[in-house]
Amino acid sequence: MKSALKRAGYKQVHKQMNDVHLQFISKVAFFIILLFAFNLFFAGHYTPGGGFVGGLLMSAAIVLLLIAFDVKTLRKMLPIRFRILIASGLFLAVAVPTLLMFFGYPFFTHEFTNVTLPILGEIGIHSATFFDLGVFLTVCGSTLLIIILVGGADD
Amino acid sequence: MKINFLLMMPLIIPFLFSVIMLFIGKKPKVHRVVSALAGLTMIVFSIMIVISVYQNGNLHTNVGNWPAPFGITVVYDMVAALLVLTTSILTFFVIIYSYQSIGIERETYYYYPMLLFMITGINGVFTTGDIFNMFVFFEVFLIASYVLIVIGSAKKQLREGFKYLVVNIVSSNFFVLGLGYLYSITGTLNMADIHIKLASFDGNKEVMTLISVVFFFVFLTKAGVFPLYFWLPDSYSAPPLPILAIFGALLTKVGVYAMMRTMSLFFSFDQSFTNTIILALALITIIIGCIGALAYYDLKKVIIYNIMIAIGFIFVGITMMDLTGLVGAMYYLIHDMIIKAGLFLIIGFIIYRTGQTNAKKIHGLMSVHPVTGWMFFLGAMSLVGVPPFPGFYGKLFIVKSAFDNGYYFAGIVVLLSSLVILYTIMRIFIQVFWGKPAVQSELRQIKYDKLLFSSFALILLSLVFGFTADLLYPLFEMAATSIVEPSTYADYIMGVE
Repeated sequence: MKSALKRAGYKQVHKQMNDVHLQFISKVAFFIILLFAFNLFFAGHYTPGGGFVGGLLMSAAIVLLLIAFDVKTLRKMLPIRFRILIASGLFLAVAVPTLLMFFGYPFFTHEFTNVTLPILGEIGIHSATFFDLGVFLTVCGSTLLIIILVGGADD
Repeated sequence: MKINFLLMMPLIIPFLFSVIMLFIGKKPKVHRVVSALAGLTMIVFSIMIVISVYQNGNLHTNVGNWPAPFGITVVYDMVAALLVLTTSILTFFVIIYSYQSIGIERETYYYYPMLLFMITGINGVFTTGDIFNMFVFFEVFLIASYVLIVIGSAKKQLREGFKYLVVNIVSSNFFVLGLGYLYSITGTLNMADIHIKLASFDGNKEVMTLISVVFFFVFLTKAGVFPLYFWLPDSYSAPPLPILAIFGALLTKVGVYAMMRTMSLFFSFDQSFTNTIILALALITIIIGCIGALAYYDLKKVIIYNIMIAIGFIFVGITMMDLTGLVGAMYYLIHDMIIKAGLFLIIGFIIYRTGQTNAKKIHGLMSVHPVTGWMFFLGAMSLVGVPPFPGFYGKLFIVKSAFDNGYYFAGIVVLLSSLVILYTIMRIFIQVFWGKPAVQSELRQIKYDKLLFSSFALILLSLVFGFTADLLYPLFEMAATSIVEPSTYADYIMGVE
């Protein structure tokens, strides 16, 4: 924020102290948006949602933090390189369908199994979820990378 | 299971290796090794695919295990298999060539991953059996090619990149539009299924002519045929040479392939109408290409206009829609991919060595690089199509088919334009290699062993292709049959319906 103002021509930039509301609310809203993003992500198999929109929402939550604080704080909160995020997303997207071929099915064949977990009870594990996780990470990573690059702060 | 693996490999390998390079990060030296490895593995797998297609006929795998007309199917007929093999070979050599020519900055900024992403898209277009999926793969390789055309951010690259972007976005929009029309008529997107549905189609067939115009507009733009070629010469001369080589050799050919496939599978109702128009456009393209090639002394521009001439030749072969014409078109298509890449790489060497792109400012390289000179000569002969070089076989079949079908004018234009190609390329050869001997000290001191390795390898490959053309004839006959008799392509779906 500061560097952007400086580039816009303001000679003296004071650290603004009146963004308390924004900072406080974004701290709370961040988790709510995050939960909603995961909700959409997991809902995606049978109902509207999925990795793409979940990833966008996740990056929106992080961008909210970026607006309220600054890049330095964001980096401290999330010490991840976005490139690695994109790469691991793409890797999941190609590796999951490829691994499925080892079971003798064609590329991208959907597999699922039900497992019983102690607290959650019986849940289904679908191979599509892992592929979708790849989409989630890729979308999230590339959106953040673009926004931070366009915003002028270098990665 | 083996088939499932094998058929997906040309798509998985480039994608997987570029993801690995993304993980590695900005380490160009490692990228070089990884990408060359990707090229080699692709060559191995695509040779295996060609062999098994030759032995077993068309192969297919249903992605996601959905049966054919409902899911996306990856289909290999001989056309696709040969094109994938050629693409893999070119990729490998262009990657080796890039080591010493593309520059360390571009290599750092993910040049190799982008190249391989583009190859993923191109292989996808060649192999997919679903028309919408073909559109998606068009976008995949176009997006990668947008990056490649502006990588390095030279002023010229940005200007031409913007032009390229706009042209391609517009034509892609029309692609989706055409897809919508086609789907509303046939109710399916699987190409083989569309073919079968159209055979029993009893509605107004004029509609199909309209749709064909939309599709042809898209593919002719990508291929750079006459009224829609305006973006091609400038855009292609902007990026550095290895990128230019891969664009010139592959991207226009993707348009040609898509055209070939859709003409044979979908738009066979009113062939006398559509094919005559395309034939006329192809002939004008040849003439414009000849004029362009004659007008320039710029090394890049001459070869770029020669691409247009070659596209014209291939379309003349395709529009005949008989076995001879298609065998010719297939021979010429594969030949042209190899030799154009080879020639681009060798003029790239000349440009890097002398620092000049204008042939008039270069002279007497023969005294310093005699082997390169004669290799260029062989490449030029191969481009012109002097027997026994491979260009000859393609032209022979194309001209024979044109005369058989009564299109004497087309045959004569093809033959005469060969003379123009001979003149333009020999003019460059004489200008660059003969004359006052060049002095070693005036040339740029660069490392060039890998530049020469790749360009010689491709030209030698072209010669080998020429000498073995007779042996390879069954393959090309299979490929041509698959286009001429689309029912053989659509066979795999018959078990389902």
